Amino acid sequence: MQTATTHAQAHGHGHEHAHEHHEPGFWAKYIFSTDHKMIGIQYGITSLAFLFFGFLLMLAMRQQLANPGEPIPVIGKLLEKTLGADAATGGIMQADLYNSFGAMHGTIMVFLAIVPLAFGAFGNYVTPLQIGAPDMAFPRLNMASYHLYFWGGVVMLVSFFIPGGAAKSGWTSYSPLATLADVDHLINGQTMWLIGMVLLITSSLLGAVNFIATIIQLRAKGLTWMRLPFFVWAQFVTAFLLLLAFPPLEAAGLMQLADNLLKTSFFLPTGLVTTGGPVPASGGGSPLLWQHLFWFLAHPEVYVLILPAMGIVSEVIANNTRKPLWGYKSMVYAVLAIGFLAFIVWAHHMYLTGMGTKISTFFQTTTMMISIPSVIILTALFISLWGGSIRFNTPMLFALAFLPMFGIGGLTGLPLGFNASDIYLHDSYYVIGHFHYVVAPGTIFGLFAGVYFWYPKATGRFMSEFWGKVHFFGSLVCMNLIFAPMFVQGLRGMSRRMYDGGATYFGLGVDPGILWLNKFISHAAIALLVFQLPFIWNFFSSLFIGKKIESDNPWQATTLDWQTPTPPPHGNFATEPVVYRGPYEYSVPGAAKDFTPQGQKA
Amino acid sequence: MDIPYTVKPRPDTGLYNAKVGIWLFLASEVMLFGAFFSSYILLRVGAPDGFWPDVATAWPHGLLNIPIGTFNTAVLIISSVTVLLAWASLKEGNLPKFKKFMAATILCALGFLAIKSYEYNEKFTHYVIRLKDGTAVTGHLDIDGKSPRFWSLATVEAKKLESIKVHVDVPNQFRYPVGFKHGPPAEAEAKEGGHGAGEHAAREIKTADIALLQAFIPKTGTFFAIYFTMTFLHGLHVLGGAIVMAYIAFVGDGMWKTDPERYTNRIEVAGLFWHFVDLVWIFLFPVVYLL
Repeated sequence: MQTATTHAQAHGHGHEHAHEHHEPGFWAKYIFSTDHKMIGIQYGITSLAFLFFGFLLMLAMRQQLANPGEPIPVIGKLLEKTLGADAATGGIMQADLYNSFGAMHGTIMVFLAIVPLAFGAFGNYVTPLQIGAPDMAFPRLNMASYHLYFWGGVVMLVSFFIPGGAAKSGWTSYSPLATLADVDHLINGQTMWLIGMVLLITSSLLGAVNFIATIIQLRAKGLTWMRLPFFVWAQFVTAFLLLLAFPPLEAAGLMQLADNLLKTSFFLPTGLVTTGGPVPASGGGSPLLWQHLFWFLAHPEVYVLILPAMGIVSEVIANNTRKPLWGYKSMVYAVLAIGFLAFIVWAHHMYLTGMGTKISTFFQTTTMMISIPSVIILTALFISLWGGSIRFNTPMLFALAFLPMFGIGGLTGLPLGFNASDIYLHDSYYVIGHFHYVVAPGTIFGLFAGVYFWYPKATGRFMSEFWGKVHFFGSLVCMNLIFAPMFVQGLRGMSRRMYDGGATYFGLGVDPGILWLNKFISHAAIALLVFQLPFIWNFFSSLFIGKKIESDNPWQATTLDWQTPTPPPHGNFATEPVVYRGPYEYSVPGAAKDFTPQGQKA
Repeated sequence: MDIPYTVKPRPDTGLYNAKVGIWLFLASEVMLFGAFFSSYILLRVGAPDGFWPDVATAWPHGLLNIPIGTFNTAVLIISSVTVLLAWASLKEGNLPKFKKFMAATILCALGFLAIKSYEYNEKFTHYVIRLKDGTAVTGHLDIDGKSPRFWSLATVEAKKLESIKVHVDVPNQFRYPVGFKHGPPAEAEAKEGGHGAGEHAAREIKTADIALLQAFIPKTGTFFAIYFTMTFLHGLHVLGGAIVMAYIAFVGDGMWKTDPERYTNRIEVAGLFWHFVDLVWIFLFPVVYLL
């Protein structure tokens, strides 16, 4: 604020500036804030709540899978009361409700939990600090992004309670199923889903514009591109993915909305007949068109999920090995290569649609190519550990676990990228195991590392190491107990869509020998819930009883985010930061300390 | 606290923040309209052979009013010139001249929307009627001398009309084989007794014979669906641009006194958006009207 005074007067913004001197009220400070740090915290808390809610949806589904046809324990009666007797008759989850929960679990986890946490929360809080900026380039746009996201989330939640229930055609919302799933209600769950998605997409687009403009324009003096922390690079590429990949889904969403409300036939083929007779629509549309437009977003979205986590993990690893990242430049080029290739791999989700072998071959080739830069980043992070004097604190444990977990997720993806093997594995539990390894013990562990790592900067207190380690080891074991058996189930041919957990196979006279794993996985999922309780306790109690930090740079880190007061005030820096060196100057031979901050002159 | 480079360009990029922002936003807009154009191509290529309306899902041709569309194109191009002149006037420091050019720009925008509404109305009063014997005609309804909008078979039945009078576009329309690529043979048009080719003949059609009666609205076929969606979305952009420009020029012009450079930048950014909106139309016009 001190430096701001001279600035503001020089620019003749006297009245705006005078306004800032008043202590803002509750609404201005916590709800309609334009401060990137408050917006980051808003994103963080909202998305963590959605993360927990999405997890609870899945727990309810897992109970149905473990004991098909039996009432859901604890919440069965509640479901019957709140969602209607049709949805949960006598507390038993019906097929439609299972489908709704499945679709909403995916939607909520991807669009309302992980992207907002990785990009909205960490991106907002940390990026301007790391580049030495006083705020984002467009603070009011930033506020609008959060509010659009919030209302998108509200629309999604409300859709559970409307007649017919929430969207039930998978998070992919394939047409024509999505349009025909609930024709009895004009405003049905799918319509709400589309409206919610349009809000969320708009929010992400504004956010992406803001991030890119901020990183291009507001870097501190001396902070050249190759001095950017890897986290900033990851957010930069992520923002480009969102900027360019989301609009086609917005277009697709608007067209499906037209199919639902105006009864057009963008995605309805000619001669469509359901159990209710011929569908009263002109036809002539293309279900494949939806899939192309959807996956044109949804594949880059996978990198939107993973890149910020890689960025966080890189920061934590460099800091806790007390070594520069190995191959920083190759990591930067790799992340740029991922950003480019991410746009030309989408149809590997569609091998079974009969696109033709030539197109399949093209996408199979690009898919193999994109694994190369991913492997470069992972390898560079592994080699970064070599010879470091590693501090095994909670953020570092999560970051270390990220590496093999993401590795398993990535390697199990290769058989899905080859179309010959994908034809067998497609839509089986193998796929679920694969992408959950990437996102759950991969991305979410990266994000947990970030929460533990930047918590002291945001609050001035550490989170408890003891409960952090309980949280970490419990989660690590449970995650593997949940997702590893899914590979086995999938390889034995178990479909991912069955709401009875595969019991139908017995009706067909087949004993697949893998159904006992359903119970096993469900128990592990409950254990995972139990191990999240220490985190929730830790997160809130540390605000009051956490160990206080002794300096503004409690982890002895080099990047600019640690050169601010704690917590950073409005405007972030006490003096305008200037950068003299690269981001990871740890253990420089001959230096006085084992870390040399970017802003340190000599 | 002040954000740097909100007005002055950053030396190494040569751009102020809002200019970076608008170019990024336009990049996402390119992807948005790009997706619609791609969808147009896919839907059109995937449409079955044959002639609309004989084949319900075939791709219709020549339904849009090309002279009016051409005129509207000219209106938008002129507005693109005037918005540039408005910005240049500000650079000269001439606020009254700027306002004149902005007013011209906004009038062009409103003119464009008015003409587009007229075209929409033309479509809403134009019908395709498919009979139970499998034949189809297009034309305008004539209900006591009026040409109603948005009717359907249900409307006719609800009004208990025994038959309806229809001014058919082409007499004896579409009584030729499905899969015929290049329009009806000339003699087929002249065959029907009493009507010359091209003359708008009135016909009575019995309600009991009608299988489907629908105005040219989005659900009538994928061509209409994509035509209305794309032009409506483009129209929303025109409207949004006009509102923002009107606000900057006639409500928020106080900034010209306090911070003229920032004010000029605003017009530049709005102008960039406006050129983009024009550019979309430059692609949209040939694709939906001419091809």
